[in-house]
Amino acid sequence: MNVTLISGRSLGQAKSKVTGKFTEEYLRNVAVCELHPEDLKALGIAPGQNVRVSTKSGTVVARSAVASQASQRGVVFMPYGPWVNMVVPSETSGTGMPSLKGIEAEVTAAPNEKLLDLRSLVEQMTSGR
Amino acid sequence: MTLSKKIIPNVICTFCGATCDDLEVTVEDGKVQTLRGGCSTSLNKFVNYNVERHLTPLVKKDGKLEETSYEDAIARSAGILANAKYPILYGWSSTSNEASRAGLELAEWVGGVMDNTTTVCHGPTLLGVHDIGEVSASLGEIRQRADMIIYWGSNPVHSHPHHVMRYSALSKGRFRSSRKDRTMVVVDVRKTDTAKLADQFIQIEPNSDYELMCALRMAVRGDELEQDIIAGVPAERIEELADLMISCQFGVIFFGVGLTMTQGKHRNIDVALSLVRDLNSRTKFIIMPMRGWYNVAGANQVSAWVTGYPYAVDLSQGYPRYNPGDTTAVDVLVRGDCDAALVVASDPVSNFPVEVTRHLAKIPVITIDPHPSATSLISEVVFPTTIVGIETGGGIYRMDGVAMVTKPVVSPPPGLHSDVEILQDILTHVKKLKMGQ
Repeated sequence: MNVTLISGRSLGQAKSKVTGKFTEEYLRNVAVCELHPEDLKALGIAPGQNVRVSTKSGTVVARSAVASQASQRGVVFMPYGPWVNMVVPSETSGTGMPSLKGIEAEVTAAPNEKLLDLRSLVEQMTSGR
Repeated sequence: MTLSKKIIPNVICTFCGATCDDLEVTVEDGKVQTLRGGCSTSLNKFVNYNVERHLTPLVKKDGKLEETSYEDAIARSAGILANAKYPILYGWSSTSNEASRAGLELAEWVGGVMDNTTTVCHGPTLLGVHDIGEVSASLGEIRQRADMIIYWGSNPVHSHPHHVMRYSALSKGRFRSSRKDRTMVVVDVRKTDTAKLADQFIQIEPNSDYELMCALRMAVRGDELEQDIIAGVPAERIEELADLMISCQFGVIFFGVGLTMTQGKHRNIDVALSLVRDLNSRTKFIIMPMRGWYNVAGANQVSAWVTGYPYAVDLSQGYPRYNPGDTTAVDVLVRGDCDAALVVASDPVSNFPVEVTRHLAKIPVITIDPHPSATSLISEVVFPTTIVGIETGGGIYRMDGVAMVTKPVVSPPPGLHSDVEILQDILTHVKKLKMGQ
């Protein structure tokens, strides 16, 4: 499914990052992709099952959730953090700022794929896999 | 048995750029027990300040981080930075002005790039301000006077949870005593929790802020809109919004990174600043970026005092150079230019695209941070440090440029040093190494 990816601050992300980035709470709040309920249905998965988010910059597995703040169909949200960083582009168009919102992406159902914790994700980032 | 209990009023929150200064912290037996008056993020920060902490410096040996002495960590860090050809010194937005000042002196000695987290939040805002200028005010003036408040590409209920209550639509001002005295509009791609508080929500298509802002400028100037729908918004709604803006007595646009991180970037800011300039020929209107970290504004201020530039300052030639898009952190790291990094009070692995992390993993990284982070996992040297606003004091700037002074509410764990002390000790060693060469 082709979507527009928005990354941003969420209250859960903010609260859990100040509690600790290696906590379950941080993983639960940040390694997540929020979708419109109709988009979740179209993917054939239930909220909480994993999805794979891919862009021309990379790919990552995240837990799916129903968008807590009403979204349009075709617009998905991921909180700032290492998981969404796997798929955001580094091109800054001469401004210093990468495009962290409004990114063309593809979301597929991935109920059997593993969600990596922070240590494993950083290992994956740095090993170049 | 309770040894001591004290309640400290008027504590400044060191989380977001709103830096609320009305917290009441209860300290018992030398530890923060609870907090009143803050938002839920603030509560989590103060109550959990001692969760997930290491108290001893770490250095990498055989691929693993191991404890070491403070002196060894200082010596290693100074050696890395003194021998680097083009280091980057990055972060600075969640620490004090004094730490930024020390960092700038260090950057000058090691000939590096000094960049702060502005680079991935409101960097384009500063570029827009260079081009157009900015009509601004203090948050206090807005609270007392504003009768029209627009949040554009910003969701303060999540990012700055008490902003709406303390400074805008829900605050009690001298001339605006209740919610009904103010009109609140939210422009966003999603119907956010902030939008639910608004009188009007305008849903915009992703990456089309520039178009909507241009159409609004035209409507404010009395030009006819030729298209029926612009950026997903009917022309009549744009004209109605323009009328509302013109007819208010004191309006404000608070804009977030919804403008800076999307297509258009600094051009979105150019047109937003121009819109407000136009509005001031009809009424009083101001504009303000919703700065994220509690002292990102201070990192800009200190950098500008010392070098003339607010971020992305290249000191490698012995004098400050500023060329965002070239000297900005993401660009210098993606190009692979930097051969060492000092990260202070930030976590670029959690905030930068993965391509940046891949380069950081190839070079020696020194991290100074109160808590373990994704960046500390890839670091060569890790300094635990005291927490500004909880265990140590220091100057900061609120998002509107108002200077404030934070004070410690508890003593830090024995043996921990502040960011300023660590930076000054590294600098002393760097000077010795450089003078000896």
